[in-house]
Amino acid sequence: MRGYTERTKRLRHESETTQPSVSLERAILETEFYKENEGKYEIPVMRGLNLLNYMQKRKLYIGKDELIVGEKSEGPQVVPTYPEICAHTVEDMDIMDSRKLVSFKVKPEDKITQKELILPYWEGKATRDKLLDQVSQEWKDCYYAGMFTEFMEQRAPGHTVADDKMYKKGFLDFKREIEEAIEALDFENDLDAYEKRAQLQGMAYSCDAIMVYGKRYAEYARELAAKEEDPKRKEELLWIAGNCDVVPAHKPETFAQCLQMYWFVHVCVTTESNTWDSFSPGRLDQYIYPFYKKEKEEGTMDYGKARELLECLWIKFNNQPAPPKVGITLKESATYTDFANINTGGINPYTGEDGVNEISYIILDTMDEMKLLQPSSNVQISEKNPDEFLHRAVEISRKGWGQPAFYNTEELIQELLNAGKTLEDARFGGSSGCVETGCHGRESYVLTGYFNTPKVLEITLNNGFDKYTNKQIGLKTGNPEDFKSYEELRDAFYKQVDHFIRIKIEGNNIIEKIFAKYMPVTFMSVLTDGCKEKGRDYNAGGAKYNTRYIQVVGIGTITDALASVKYNVFDEKRLTMKELLDATNANFEGYEQVRNLVLNHTPKYGNDDDYADNIMVDVFENVRDKIRGRKTVNGGTYQIDMLPTTCHVYFGSVMTASVNGRLAEKPVTDGISPEKGADTNGPTAVIKSCAKMDHTSTGGTLLNQKFTPSSIAGQEGIENVSALIRAYFEMMGHHIQFNVVDRATLIEAQKNPDENKDLIVRVAGYSDYFNNLEKALQDEIIDRTEQSF
Amino acid sequence: MKKAMIFNIQKFSVHDGPGIRTTVFFKGCPLRCLWCHNPESQNLKQEMLYDREKCVMCGTCEKICPQKAITNVNNSMVTDMSKCDFCGDCVTYCLYEARQIAGKEYTVEEIVKEVVKDKLFYKHSKGGVTLSGGEPLLQIDFVEELLKRLKEENIQTAIDTCGAVSFESLERAAKYADIFLYDLKLMDDEKHKEYIGASNKNIIENLKKLAKIHNNIYIRMPIIEGVNAEVSHIEKVIELIEGLNIKKVYLLPYHDIAKHKYMKLGRDYEEAKMQVPSDEKMNSFKDMFAKKGYEVKIGG
Repeated sequence: MRGYTERTKRLRHESETTQPSVSLERAILETEFYKENEGKYEIPVMRGLNLLNYMQKRKLYIGKDELIVGEKSEGPQVVPTYPEICAHTVEDMDIMDSRKLVSFKVKPEDKITQKELILPYWEGKATRDKLLDQVSQEWKDCYYAGMFTEFMEQRAPGHTVADDKMYKKGFLDFKREIEEAIEALDFENDLDAYEKRAQLQGMAYSCDAIMVYGKRYAEYARELAAKEEDPKRKEELLWIAGNCDVVPAHKPETFAQCLQMYWFVHVCVTTESNTWDSFSPGRLDQYIYPFYKKEKEEGTMDYGKARELLECLWIKFNNQPAPPKVGITLKESATYTDFANINTGGINPYTGEDGVNEISYIILDTMDEMKLLQPSSNVQISEKNPDEFLHRAVEISRKGWGQPAFYNTEELIQELLNAGKTLEDARFGGSSGCVETGCHGRESYVLTGYFNTPKVLEITLNNGFDKYTNKQIGLKTGNPEDFKSYEELRDAFYKQVDHFIRIKIEGNNIIEKIFAKYMPVTFMSVLTDGCKEKGRDYNAGGAKYNTRYIQVVGIGTITDALASVKYNVFDEKRLTMKELLDATNANFEGYEQVRNLVLNHTPKYGNDDDYADNIMVDVFENVRDKIRGRKTVNGGTYQIDMLPTTCHVYFGSVMTASVNGRLAEKPVTDGISPEKGADTNGPTAVIKSCAKMDHTSTGGTLLNQKFTPSSIAGQEGIENVSALIRAYFEMMGHHIQFNVVDRATLIEAQKNPDENKDLIVRVAGYSDYFNNLEKALQDEIIDRTEQSF
Repeated sequence: MKKAMIFNIQKFSVHDGPGIRTTVFFKGCPLRCLWCHNPESQNLKQEMLYDREKCVMCGTCEKICPQKAITNVNNSMVTDMSKCDFCGDCVTYCLYEARQIAGKEYTVEEIVKEVVKDKLFYKHSKGGVTLSGGEPLLQIDFVEELLKRLKEENIQTAIDTCGAVSFESLERAAKYADIFLYDLKLMDDEKHKEYIGASNKNIIENLKKLAKIHNNIYIRMPIIEGVNAEVSHIEKVIELIEGLNIKKVYLLPYHDIAKHKYMKLGRDYEEAKMQVPSDEKMNSFKDMFAKKGYEVKIGG
């Protein structure tokens, strides 16, 4: 069993072996509260009071052996539901209960409660219902055709990452600041003072909510201590009570209290709403190191104690599966992982100097030992960081389960500067979720949905018609057989890109307003700079910086597809457009020679070959420029991300064959990776191709690189992988992660899932159990090119 | 403009010297080692490789060949090399990957252009470019110019040589090359002649002379059961290199994955004479070198 101590071995085992299930406790308390109070308060006040009501009445849980306390719901692996955002139908619940993968047990009596109490109140009121009611038919046609997805369809805006303010102030302090802001409101001259007051009052109630939660935990721990017969555990329970007397009301005084403070905050953020990307502590090693150092000097803290506490925190993250998803949202993100993502290493946010400290190494040891899906653990690598740190991270990463992933500190900072942040704020930046960049504690940066770039070409080559839904969803840009040059095709393609981006953004503008108006997150607003000052909600543009991302998917597929037409039809004239399209429309059946030419004898992205790579850059820049810098309805700015989660599988499944030889329904490319089998010149060529796009003009890119175990053996293996990372980062690459499993192991695991339950692989910006993945995704991971040394 | 016949440029090569490297494989070799795993590198000229096992006799190549060089002879697609101009159409249009051309002419600048692409990887891994083969020093005029150019580009270089060349070639290369990977295959001259088709005297003499003018030579030794996997062979190598300015030894265990290539070239492969050495044996040889203070590695 994994675990540094017997305690963490037991806790980890419980976390790993418990079947996820749904609890209606939150939904019932919320529904009763809303029924009783509907219409009495302004919405932000209502939301703050609702959180307070939940924290006053919810069940508490202190597991045997626990040192850090608090769960999102009634215990490990139990998730609450959020009917105000997504009121699941009983049928939804049947599906989540019985589906083979990513299942959640739902009690039969809860299905009755859902039908009789929850649904009658929330149906039509949930943001999911409002959203589907208000978006256009055009938007729905594209959504169901798989042109794009919508993140807020059944989840709330995410990318909520903490900075260090909770280690410097307690919630009494935050509440006092809020009250001062209310007192300072100028009702004579500030015409928005009324709205601001409601917002600030809601925020003050959320401070009460977390403080009540902490106080109740202190009492509960004492209650258990009184009954406890084991003197050692009794002492621990009193120690827990002592910690909860201090945090969250006051600022933490010890290392352990820092972790408990964070965890209370985490629980509150993720029960206030079902945010995408749950919540993350950001640059944890930077924030808690001073506490560790002080106690270590005083002789009350050492490596072992810190390590055990961090393992307890890691297990807490793993106890919280993502709220159950259904429908298309499940397809774009089919995983229990809730995308808490911890950044380790990089620079000191205050000085800009090398930030690697003792806690950074203890965190690496913790992630290595725990080997858990959650939290996603990554390292930031700065040119200022010592090789020792990079080598240790590579040593863990090459064990094959994808953590830690590697992020480039200098590039992250440049991204943030390019997006208009100050250097001081940029240094508090990092990645979260998968690979997305933001200024922690200062920014609301929200993913809004994936964009199916390869499908835009498919629509273009069918003159606007979608074969998957049998609808004309695109523009009539002409019969491609009439195109006289590659430029004509290119122009038609970009017209279609424009068209679909317009539809996506029109939808986004409606959805962003719905959340701003109906679903303020008053607790999250306490934690984010700008909200208190502006008297505005995190979901309504209150944060100091506000960014909305559209995630561009399939750059590898679209590049190879366009290169195929350019090379075969227009440059080499080996095929006519008709021959190429006839073959593609037939899924290449009976057209083996055409497929051979486009698949095996045409320039491909991922080989450091400018023919294909120039097309990649052209597509990247054009799509980016149609999105980047546009304003959002709440005063934010649009940016792009190049990441897929599991959406590249879904996007492929709604497509016919592609002109680069990709067969119908097969996945499109993930992140910025080349097509499977297209990269024949090794990993340095892949990295060179990937670096040709300007990563610093995005909010994150994702590169999967797979190696066979034998290829990176020994100290030389560590050094060579480290050199690959350093070189990629000097070229300003954003992120790289490794899957180090040989094909044979994966194929064997697919055949005998029961014997390979512990096999974890890197999927996108997260790792997952191989057995949790649907077959198409398993196949896709098997197919990713194995680069060998 | 000088041109060389190259059969492959391999990126991210990590077994041909330190760090991450690009290996440039030159075509043409004076030796004919029985176990050679790059038999397509031996002949200095371009060659057409044909895999009869993959070929389904569809006749596409015969139809597509502009020179009408390919015909069906006794149920095999035979290329008349006096007509073939290596245009490559038969390779492109073959659906079964049964055809392949070995060898392509490059100018110095064409190679430089290709290998500088990975300069940053060399920098961070302390790697560089390895010229291998075949025997690169058979094309010494070209190699010398290429080494000069790579020096200008500030790229570290290694020469992988069999040693069976004139000392003058080694001397000219030694002026610019940072590393020599020097192959020692058999110490017994009779066996050397039998398995390799030439005497080893020149090779051994060249090594002694080279060690006097170059201080970064790695010895590379293929270990083949049935040929040289013997303690006495290792002892003789140690006896030779002791006293020479040499610190690193790489032991390369024999493998038979090249077997198929011989068939494609229409050549025999005497597999019965050679076997894969055991791990225990490899480790015991490694220990013999290690005890003498050599930095020794199996593989690479």
